[in-house]
Amino acid sequence: MTYARLVPQLARLAILLIVVTFVLGPLTVAVFGGFKTNGELLASPFGLPSHWNTEFYSALLNDPGFWKYLGNSLIISLSTVVLTLIVAAAAAYVFAQIRFFGSRMMMSYLLAGLVFPFATAILPLFIKVRDFGLLDSYWAVILPQTAFGLSLSILLFKTFFEQLPKELFEAAYVEGCGYIRFFWRFTLPLSTPILATVGVFAFVQSWNNFLLPLVVINSRELFTWPLGMMQFRGEFLVEWNRVLAFITLTILPAVVFFIAAQKYIVAGLTGGAVKG
Amino acid sequence: MTNAANIRTRKSHSIIADLMSSKGQAVLLMLPPALLLFTLFVALPLFDAAYYSLFKWNGYGTPTDFVGLDNFRQVLNHGIFWQSVRNTLIVLAVSLFIQLPLALGLALMIYEKTPANTLFRLVFFLPYILAEIASGLIWSFVFDGNSGVASAVFKSLGMDPVFILADRNWAFLAITLVVVWKYFGFHMMIFVAALQSVPKELLEAARLEGAKRWEVVRFVQVPLIGAAIGVSAFFAVVGSLQLFDVVIPLTNGGPSNSTHTIVTYLYSFGLTRNRIGFGSAVGVLLFIAAVGVSIFYQSQTNKRSK
Repeated sequence: MTYARLVPQLARLAILLIVVTFVLGPLTVAVFGGFKTNGELLASPFGLPSHWNTEFYSALLNDPGFWKYLGNSLIISLSTVVLTLIVAAAAAYVFAQIRFFGSRMMMSYLLAGLVFPFATAILPLFIKVRDFGLLDSYWAVILPQTAFGLSLSILLFKTFFEQLPKELFEAAYVEGCGYIRFFWRFTLPLSTPILATVGVFAFVQSWNNFLLPLVVINSRELFTWPLGMMQFRGEFLVEWNRVLAFITLTILPAVVFFIAAQKYIVAGLTGGAVKG
Repeated sequence: MTNAANIRTRKSHSIIADLMSSKGQAVLLMLPPALLLFTLFVALPLFDAAYYSLFKWNGYGTPTDFVGLDNFRQVLNHGIFWQSVRNTLIVLAVSLFIQLPLALGLALMIYEKTPANTLFRLVFFLPYILAEIASGLIWSFVFDGNSGVASAVFKSLGMDPVFILADRNWAFLAITLVVVWKYFGFHMMIFVAALQSVPKELLEAARLEGAKRWEVVRFVQVPLIGAAIGVSAFFAVVGSLQLFDVVIPLTNGGPSNSTHTIVTYLYSFGLTRNRIGFGSAVGVLLFIAAVGVSIFYQSQTNKRSK
């Protein structure tokens, strides 16, 4: 490699490594911070801990409250995923496969959710959830969350369904296979990539959601982990090492999940964003 | 649409026959759940927001104290509201003019498919997947003047620690830094996907004509991913308008209400104070802003495609 080519290459690498430090720095500080005593954290916030104290992590892992938060989040997220997949795929199938009076209008209506932020209607949503008697229940989070995710999910599903070979449906139709059976027998099994993408997106959104649970959940037994984390932060104001341990334990599953599912996440992003 | 669908349409003669058909059953069974959920939890609350915004109401019983546009008058006369609008515009500007160029620059460095690039992409994208609330909390430790990373940095420079998040001049800039950290990878991913879809022959051709690297970027690659840049800018604007989670653990709107965004303002001054009418008015204003942005975006993309 000539000198003239080496310099830009090195500059490129230097820039990339600076950005890597910027991205990973705070995260490693959090992971190591959970192993440090408060005194050490104060003296040297970055760097490896001089002694790996596992007590702060194990205190959390032995705290049933911590597992309760994670369990609540898991129940809510999985329910949101299942509901989103069923409801959105069914609707998208109708829009992709069947032409009927008013279908375009209904489609635009359902896609209108793409336009405005969730927060605009958060107060009336709170009133609505309360009037339905759902306040302080899993459903109070699951149903609105699913409803707000529908627009993007339906768009992604519809785009995918329209790319499935039409001949398949025509053949099945001649054989006497109805629309609903075709959906279960052929469309869904052929759509695993998009089901995974939409599912992963719904899961991440739900797992990380803060505003909605904050507004509709009051009792500590139902707290999702973001609510639990803020509660914990309030109780251990000066014990940053415990808070950092808490953060680390909730971030780790997210990182593992991300590495496992990144293919679908990226597909959803580029499919939804660039084509849509 | 499909041939089968056309055949079907010609066959069915009455609405009743249509409803009884397999097609009708599918429509009647598969569409209503989505319509119902969306109507109950998205559309109706939006209309309610417009309605409630005309009342002075604490959320209990039914709204009866009709005040016309008084809530809007109050919002628009509230200094802290305008501060939150200013803050939201700062996030928006930083997102558009610092974050997007950064994301584009990085995307140009690592869009080619090599193992090392894939690793860099994953690392840069990682913050996007983490919960806003956890990200905010980590950074609030980083910025902590007592025991955080910032305090160590100030000490090593021999300076007195600055409580960044408690300082009116610095707190909101700190928030925008966290926003860039959290979201630049998302925009970079959009650019990477777009850059990968640019035909290689075009780049080759430009190089053969003697174009320098930056000329290829400037005159071939960037113009060709214009649509992706538009999408990315749209997401940046809409995201800025709804910024909430990150702010709560960092400053919770403080010090002295100087770091509110529109949504934390709505939350603090509407919901936590039981001022449903007032908060709804803020929601309506936010809605108008979001729709305005969308209409502008649509008109721009239509112009491009003509």
